Amino acid sequence: MQLLRDATVVFRRQVRLNLRNPAWVLLGVAQPILYLVLFAPLLGPIATQIGVENAYTFFVPGLVVQMGLFGALYVGFGLLAEWREGVLEAERVSPASRGALLLGRLGRDVLQLGIQCLVLVGAGYAFGMDAPWSGALAGVGLALLLGAAGSALSNAVALRTRSEEIMAPLVNVVTMPVLLLSGILLPMTLGPGWLRSVSDVMPVRYVVDAVRSAFAGDLAVPAVGIGLAVTGTLLVLGLTAGVLAFRREDT
Amino acid sequence: MIRTRDLRMSFDTGRGRRRRPVDAVRGIDLDVDRGEIVGLLGPNGAGKTTTLRILSTLLRPTSGTVEVCGHDVRTAPREVRRRLGYVAQGGSTSRRARCGDEATDRGMLYGLTRRAARERAHDLFDRLDLGDLWERPTGSLSGGQRRRLEIATALVHRPELVVLDEPTTGLDPQSRANLWDHIRDLRESHGTTVLVTTHYLDEADALSDRLVVVDHGSVVADGTSDALKADLDGDVLTVRLADPSEAGRAALCLRAVLGHAFSPTDDGTLTGPLHAGSGGLAVVVRELDRHDLAVVGLDVRRPTLDDVFLTLTGRSLRDAAA
Repeated sequence: MQLLRDATVVFRRQVRLNLRNPAWVLLGVAQPILYLVLFAPLLGPIATQIGVENAYTFFVPGLVVQMGLFGALYVGFGLLAEWREGVLEAERVSPASRGALLLGRLGRDVLQLGIQCLVLVGAGYAFGMDAPWSGALAGVGLALLLGAAGSALSNAVALRTRSEEIMAPLVNVVTMPVLLLSGILLPMTLGPGWLRSVSDVMPVRYVVDAVRSAFAGDLAVPAVGIGLAVTGTLLVLGLTAGVLAFRREDT
Repeated sequence: MIRTRDLRMSFDTGRGRRRRPVDAVRGIDLDVDRGEIVGLLGPNGAGKTTTLRILSTLLRPTSGTVEVCGHDVRTAPREVRRRLGYVAQGGSTSRRARCGDEATDRGMLYGLTRRAARERAHDLFDRLDLGDLWERPTGSLSGGQRRRLEIATALVHRPELVVLDEPTTGLDPQSRANLWDHIRDLRESHGTTVLVTTHYLDEADALSDRLVVVDHGSVVADGTSDALKADLDGDVLTVRLADPSEAGRAALCLRAVLGHAFSPTDDGTLTGPLHAGSGGLAVVVRELDRHDLAVVGLDVRRPTLDDVFLTLTGRSLRDAAA
């Protein structure tokens, strides 16, 4: 299977490069840990008011999705750096399949996000999160699928815009409403009706709900199925956009 | 090895209302035989890089036929890619990566096993004097080393055809000469066909069996450097005056005796063609002497490629490249 073979070559190169510079892998996990340390304690006293028993059990799943998705949305900047170095062009004059160039990089992103999520979940348990292991792993798995979709999309946008200056505000424009309207920080059920309606059209909200259900140990509820379907759709869209972008010749 | 017919490429530049098509390549016919070293010569913006990128399957031509290594770049790009080595102008390795890893990985993208890629890369490192740089990050190399590394990474899969885009730009003269040796060696030891773009005339002259001169997206000359020079009628005469302020008067006087204009410079030298049958040097000397113009230097030389280029395009290559 040439696709997988080529993707492995790309993947190993990318992982090797990341290992040579582990600082920003750690930086990626620093932000959620800060949320966990500095924001979650605020939720403690009002936990019963917002309808949760354990603030960490509520908050860690949201952070897992945030890290999975937001971390992935920034990978396009790395791709632009590679493009400037001519690496991308060199890979494109090789007979390697175009899909493999994307898949190898997605593999690297998922691996990195996976490690970051596990660190975060470990920290959550240390703080007293109450969640079954199996549920937490399933939740992380779902967040990683969303991350793969985000990473593919970010690569596609990077290749289309070819400009950090266009890409930076674009990523911001996407992340802000997603953060506010997906119930990552607080449950959307707290809000007035109109806010809830707006959040209903935010796909990531369903993923957050699903990951939260998984962490609560409820894997056989509709929320998980809906979240999985939404994630699957986003993944297909992201992969399509990504492969098309890698296939497209550059001018 | 390469055969293009009426190759054309136009881009859209600008967006919205400013959008307008630019014809980068306007009908190039290029033939390169197996084992040849061909220099693609022309000023910046002549269409050299665009042509190379089309040959390397990075760009799809607007029209025309392009066959590389026996395959059509449009219908069988993967077959072309397997057989082609491309050395880009701006490099192709990550600054953070180690040299050896980059070369090995590149080979593996062409289907080689890790072991085979590593062996060949080691071989190439030895041949290109990169032997002890295997473990070094590519960002720490000198300009010449970096360029040799780029060439090594493009050769791991033993391509039949190597295209190099201005491989010596920005290198010191010694590194350039050294790189030429390595490029020639490619053909000597593996029979590799080489297409190299340059805007250095000495480089094109020293390196290539044949030159293809392009300007404004079309081929303006094609032949060996000797043949191109022979096309120029006669030699090049340079007269250096003792008194630079007399240059204008001397130009008039040379025009009177040789029948064509000489271009004077501020430092008192005049340069122009000396056609066979124009009476030769003796007439020039006699005429200048008759007008009391003191001459401190006279030089007659065979035309260089620079002169060829000037004649073909009406511009000096050095000016055009600046």
